[in-house]
Formats: sequence, structure tokens, C-alpha cells
Amino acid sequence: MMQSVTLNDTQAIAIGAGILGTGGGGSTYLNRLRLDHELRAQGGAVPVIQADDVPDEALVCAVGGMGAPTVSNEKLQEGQEIKRAVRALEEHLRREVYAVVIGEIGGGNALGPMITALQCGLPVVDGDSMGRAFPELQMDTFMIYGLSPAPFALSDSHGNVAIFTRIGSAQQAEAFARSLTIEMGGSAGLVMPVMSGADMKATIIRDTLSLAKRIGEAVLDCRARSIEPAETVAALCNGTVIFTGKIVDVNRRTVEGFARGRLKISAFDDFDTQMEIDFQNENLIARVGDEALCTVPDLITLVSLDDGEAIGTESLRYGLRVAVLAMPAPKELKTPEALAVVGPRAFGYDVEFCPMAGDLL
Amino acid sequence: MRIGIDVGGTNTDAVLMDGTTVVSSTKTPTTANVSEGIATALRDVIADSGINAATIDGVMIGTTHFTNAVVERKHLTPTACIRLGLPATVCLPPMVDWPLDLRDLVGGNAHLAHGGHEFDGREISAFEPDEIREIAEKIKAAGLKAIAISSVFSPVNATFEEQSAEIVRSVIPDANITLSSEIGRIGLLERENAAIMNSCLRQLAARTVDGFKAALDELRITSPFYISQNDGTLMNADFAKEYPVLTFASGPTNSMRGAAFLSGLKDAIVVDVGGTTTDIGVLQHGFPRVAALAVEIGGVRTNFRMPDTYSIGLGGGSLIDPHPKSLPHREGGTSLTLDSPSLLVGEGAGGWGEVKVGPRSVGYELTEKALVFGGDVLTATDVIVASASADIGDRDAVSDLDAGLVTAVEARIMEMIAIAVDRMKTSATPVPVIVVGGGSILVTGEIEGASEIIKPDHFPVANAIGAAIAQVGGECDRIFSLAELSRDEALDQAKQEASDRAVNAGAAAASVDIVDVEEVPLAYLPGNATRIMVKAVGDLVGA
Repeated sequence: MMQSVTLNDTQAIAIGAGILGTGGGGSTYLNRLRLDHELRAQGGAVPVIQADDVPDEALVCAVGGMGAPTVSNEKLQEGQEIKRAVRALEEHLRREVYAVVIGEIGGGNALGPMITALQCGLPVVDGDSMGRAFPELQMDTFMIYGLSPAPFALSDSHGNVAIFTRIGSAQQAEAFARSLTIEMGGSAGLVMPVMSGADMKATIIRDTLSLAKRIGEAVLDCRARSIEPAETVAALCNGTVIFTGKIVDVNRRTVEGFARGRLKISAFDDFDTQMEIDFQNENLIARVGDEALCTVPDLITLVSLDDGEAIGTESLRYGLRVAVLAMPAPKELKTPEALAVVGPRAFGYDVEFCPMAGDLL
Repeated sequence: MRIGIDVGGTNTDAVLMDGTTVVSSTKTPTTANVSEGIATALRDVIADSGINAATIDGVMIGTTHFTNAVVERKHLTPTACIRLGLPATVCLPPMVDWPLDLRDLVGGNAHLAHGGHEFDGREISAFEPDEIREIAEKIKAAGLKAIAISSVFSPVNATFEEQSAEIVRSVIPDANITLSSEIGRIGLLERENAAIMNSCLRQLAARTVDGFKAALDELRITSPFYISQNDGTLMNADFAKEYPVLTFASGPTNSMRGAAFLSGLKDAIVVDVGGTTTDIGVLQHGFPRVAALAVEIGGVRTNFRMPDTYSIGLGGGSLIDPHPKSLPHREGGTSLTLDSPSLLVGEGAGGWGEVKVGPRSVGYELTEKALVFGGDVLTATDVIVASASADIGDRDAVSDLDAGLVTAVEARIMEMIAIAVDRMKTSATPVPVIVVGGGSILVTGEIEGASEIIKPDHFPVANAIGAAIAQVGGECDRIFSLAELSRDEALDQAKQEASDRAVNAGAAAASVDIVDVEEVPLAYLPGNATRIMVKAVGDLVGA
């Protein structure tokens, strides 16, 4: 069982988070750099606890960053934004937070919460609310299973903190948070939701932080032994490699603010055997001919064939040699309530969800 | 007449060109003191052609010397960095992502100050002159003169960087200051890294450029000389001393521009085979396609506009490993030689299907270590000579090589090149492939996905030719208020400015072309401000 995160773990976690990102979730580069810097400066490690170690009545909160990547790459954070938002919510509620929870294990937001945990002297819970990456705030198990989005807090580099004490829905939280983020200079720290230990335990997807680390370690091990990592990674996630080949076409368009598109991969030995993958920030459906081999919320990730590094949908281009990993979603994403929010129909596809056998973990 | 020189890590190449004709060319080893190698190359190329040094109109030098200085951690000046952006940016101080050895060499002297801008032009915080003065005093006390200044969103608004530089100069009059806005684009760490590297290379740049000048003086060449930049245009010697980082990618750029010139093609894939690596790049409209992602130099991330190249460990000096899987524990350093008896007889089980070429290479020692040069290491060059595709060195030294191995190595090399070429293509349509570089003999067959393979004359010195034919450029990068001017008037004004600068830099007015126009509207600024960047290039007068 994972006890802590040290400098030795961050590379593996970043690689694993990239693979769980299903093509989205943003780059892990800056957050890993920040976490490493913080771990070096403070020494020591981020304590990791199991969801079931959290008392029912304790208070925990999920945290993450909000904003445009172009802005966050230029106006780097002051660093204590999220910590101040956590402290402000503690003051507001007159209660202390017991542990930090990862909102999204896929991509860059997997690493940010560990920085906050280190700064606050709190442990981070081994788990998250997506088991992958999704584009919107309401697409997580905390919201799907009815936890309240309020109160939530947003904070900037100047020390400003805004707390929303009441909010109608997760969708409204998303809209308000987004416009305030612009005023805050285009990037902000977000704490949402704040919840009881009991609520967290009823809704969280357990052990995804250790899974990310195991995936990353397996990739690093394969690299050290000059083995292509795809099969090993798929097996770790109860999934399979459904295709290997070369990207032969990438067709993108922007629809309602989302980067939608479709890519085609040709098998190495036969150009006409092709897989098509539809994406909308994340990879959503993988087809060969008319047959859907994998559909959201099951995980579809492209990894570079030789080094196993996940390929984000923004970096797709002709000629990349890839393996397509299909991994079953965690069971929490496959209930009727969850599928209404994160199933194929929620993304505009008139397709039934055809689940892969098994669960992510 | 003009002379193009390419100073690579291994060889210094020179060509003498009369208009578009290559009059003579030479290849000599690069020397530790680069100007000696240049002097030798110049002497050879002039003697070879029998011309009078006075008839030379210009000397164009492309060099990877500054890139190598960073990669090899040599000749770097300790540099301080001032970053304006407080209270933001504290979480990742300057040089945080540098390899530790390099940061130690450069000194890691970093300071944060108030200032910087938001993405929409608002100030993050007010500029504080006294704070900068205090920092400058500290830098002075630490005995540093090389200083890089960065400010958040300075590519949009550079005033805080400029004001800081003025204050630092009032404290340290002979300070060597690089502003990040003069060098890079949006992306604070990468742009700041480039600015710091620029300042830490300036002393070396001054020495090196003076050395070039001395080499020319020695041969009584009085014509102006230029250094080639990342984008394939030239800068004069004084400018090169100020901005050495702008030469970082001039090697691949020159090779691709040279390939375009030699082949007459403007759209093609260029395969540059060297001694250790093969670089594959893409020509679009005669210029290299630019990389979209961050580029690492010596382990440091930067965001220069660099040619998008893909490198594989394949070159004339690449080691041949016939049984990579059967020798899994072989340590690096030992190499297979002809003493390994199995190379001389037909391989039984499994054939040569697993043969590995590179990435290890004898590099610049090729002419001592390869079998055909009397050495004892089996290299890619040896195999090509054995196959009778090339005739260099002593062919008898490789006459016993197993024919099956030779065929397998040739096939493996072509497969490696084909995969790399395919990676760089933007569509499945076959495209012409131009092969250049000293290791071009390795390309012996067809390349899958290539419509044709062109090995132009003078392919070994394409780099030097690329330098020789380089043009001069001028840029305008200004913020225009579209409240006072129409958009067309502003664009015309910017184009005129860029063209004038190209002419001032030495371009023949009639040859000047606008090659790049970029407009960035700056929201929330009074007066409908737009940043307009225009680049003009033209041919050197008289060349």
C-alpha cells in the first residue's frame, strides 16, 4: 500500500497520470516541476492515506488548477493559491481539513494536489473522482453521486480568495468559476468540493494514485530493458492493446469551445486495416470499420510505441507510431447515473456504451 | 564571389561560390580553437580556386560552437537573472528546470521583483525602480556582469524589462544585459532560459567572433563577414556578439537551405547523414518547417523558432552490432571487431535479421577506427564500402565480410531512414527526398514513401553552401494603435520598416521580400492596440 510520495516517485506518477489522461488532462510538466521543487525545498514526502482511513466526520476537499494552459505557462503561479483557498474554507466552515483529495488523476491535475498537501501539512488520499480525465467539473463521481458543489473557493496569485457559499448546480459552478478565473488573470486555484469523510468514501474511486505510480514504474522498467511498454501497461489496467500502427490522418475542428476531431491509424503491415478514434479533448470512441471496440467512459489512450509516453490529443500528428490501449473504466463510472453524465450519449454519440470486461482496478 | 563556412563539431567545411556556381569546396577537421580550422579551410578553398582574396564580397559563417559550449558546459560566464512578476511566479524560480551541473556553472544567481503583465495587458503589480536598484547592487557585489531580465508577458509588453535594464546599467555601467523579450516567445521559463543562456555565452561570442575576424585578416580578406542565424538569414559580426543564442539551430537550417539550393526544390524532405546522427527535416517553400514544441539545448528547455528536425543515431561512424539480442549484457565501450569470427562466415540460425546499426558511433574518429581506414571497428561505412556502393579507404580490409551481413545492414539502414522520413511527413503522399551530408553514401536503395531520391552534387558540403547563399533579413515588431491608423496602413508601415532594416543590413533593395506577417490583437488595451511582426529578407548587395 502506498504510504508516501517522494522525489523518487514523481516521474512515474507523471507518466502514469499521462496514460490515465486518455489524451486529455493537460501536460504534467509544470506541476511535476513544481512538486519536485517543493519536495526538494521542504525535504521529506507527501503522506498518502487510504480513503477508508479517513473518519466519517472528518472534512476533506478536492483541489485543482483552473485556466488556460497558455496563460499558466507564462504567468506562473505564486504557489500558495490553493493552500490559501483551503485555509479560507476552513475559516468559513470553522473546521479543519483532514486530507486533500485529487479531483482528476488523468494529466497535470494529478500532481497539483500533492503540492497543496505538502504545503498544508496534510496527507493526500489515494484515489480521485474520475479515474481518468474529463473536460467539465460536473463529470466527476462527487457530483454524479449528488454531493454539493458548495461551498467552493477560487483564489489568485495576489492573495484574493472568493468563496461561493451557495450554488445551484455543478454546471453553474463551472460557469461562475470560469468568468472569475479570467478576472484573476486567466489562471486560478480551485477547491471543490468540500465534503465529509463519509461522503468522500461513498463516492471516490479508490487507489488511482497508486495505479498511476504502478503504470509509470512499469513504463520506466520497460524502457530500461528496451521493451515496448504498451502490453505491460494494458495488463496492469485489466485492458488490452487494441491496435498498433501509424497515425495516417488527423482531422480537427473546434465546436463550442471543444477541440473535437477524428484520427485514423493504419496497421503497419496493412494500410487498409484502420482504426478510427473520435476525440473531444479526450479520446471517446475507437472503431474498426463499423464496430466500436471501446467507448467512453472506458479509457482509450494512445502511447508512443517505443517509450510508452502518452500522446495528448493536442500533439497528434501524421506519422506517429502508436499503440492504442483500451482499459475498462472504474465501476463507479458505469452505473446508470454515471453513464447519464459520462456515457457516449453525454458526448453527443448515438451509441450504447458497450463495456469492456472487468474494471480499471 | 562569396565564401560559405560551416563549423561543425567534427568538420569545418568551406565553399567558394560565384553566383550560383560552386567554384571550390573543402572539408577540414574542426580545431579546438575554431578560428584555426576556419583559417585552414579558407586557405584551402582560396588556393584551390586560385582567386585573389580581394575579389571576395562576403564570408558567411555558420557555427554550432555556441550550441556545443552549452552541451559541453564549456566557456560559460556566470549570469544573474532578474524576473519581474511578483507576487506571481514564485513557485518556480529562474533556472529551476536546468540540469544541476549547468546551473552550478552559471551560478544560479536569481532575483524576483515586482512588475510583469497579465495576458490582457493589465499590470500584475507596479514596477518598483528602487527594488531593481537594490537587486543591481547585490549583483554588483557578487561581481557579476552578465544579466538576463525577464518579465511576465514581456512579448506583449516589454517596458518593464527595458526600464529595469536602464536602472541596472546605472549601477553596473559595463553590464551585459539580455532582455527575454528580444529573444523568445510566450512561455516564461523557456524564454527566460534562452535569455540567461544568451548572456552566459556573450563573452565566448565576443572572443569567437574576434577570432573569425583575425582568421580573415590573416588571409587579407577585407570583405564584411556574417554569421548565420536560426532562420537562415545572416547577422553581422556585432549583432552575433550580442545574440549568440540566435545561432543555435543554424546548422540544420543551413543544411536544409543548402539542400533546397542544390536540388532546386522548395518542398521536400531533407535527410542529412553525418558521422554519428542523421537529421531529417522538412522544406516548405524553401525554408525549414519550424518546430511547434519546446526544444531542449544541453538539457535546458527553450522556445526558439527552431527547424523541426528528427534525429536518429545513424551515421557513417555507426557501430554494427550483428546480434544485439544474443549479447544482452555487453557493456558500452567494447565494440564488435573483425576478430569476432562469426562476422566472416555465413550466420546459421536466425540469419542477420536482428542486426543493429548505431546509435553508438566512432564519430570523428572514423578515419582512424573504421576497418577501411586501418582501424579495428566495424562501422556502417565499412559495410557500404564492402557492398561496393562507395569506394573510400582500403576496400581489401572488408573483402571478407559476410555478404548476408552486408545486405542485412544496408536494408536496416534504409529501413531506419524510411521510418524517420515517414515520421516527418504530413501526409501519406510520396514526397521528394534530398540526401546531403558527409554520410550520404549510406543511402544505397529506395526509401519507402519517397517520390524520388536526390543526391545533389556537392552534397557533403550542403551546410557551407546553405551559409554561402544565406540572405539578410530585417524585422519590425511593434505595437500599433489602430485607433489612429487603419489596419492596412499599419501593416504597410510595418512592412516598410522591416524592408528598410533589411536594406540597412545589406540587402539589395530590389530583392527584398516580405516573408512573414503576424498580427496579435492586444485586448483591453486603450486604442485598439495590435502587435504586428513583419520579417523581410533580401539578397546581399553584390553577392
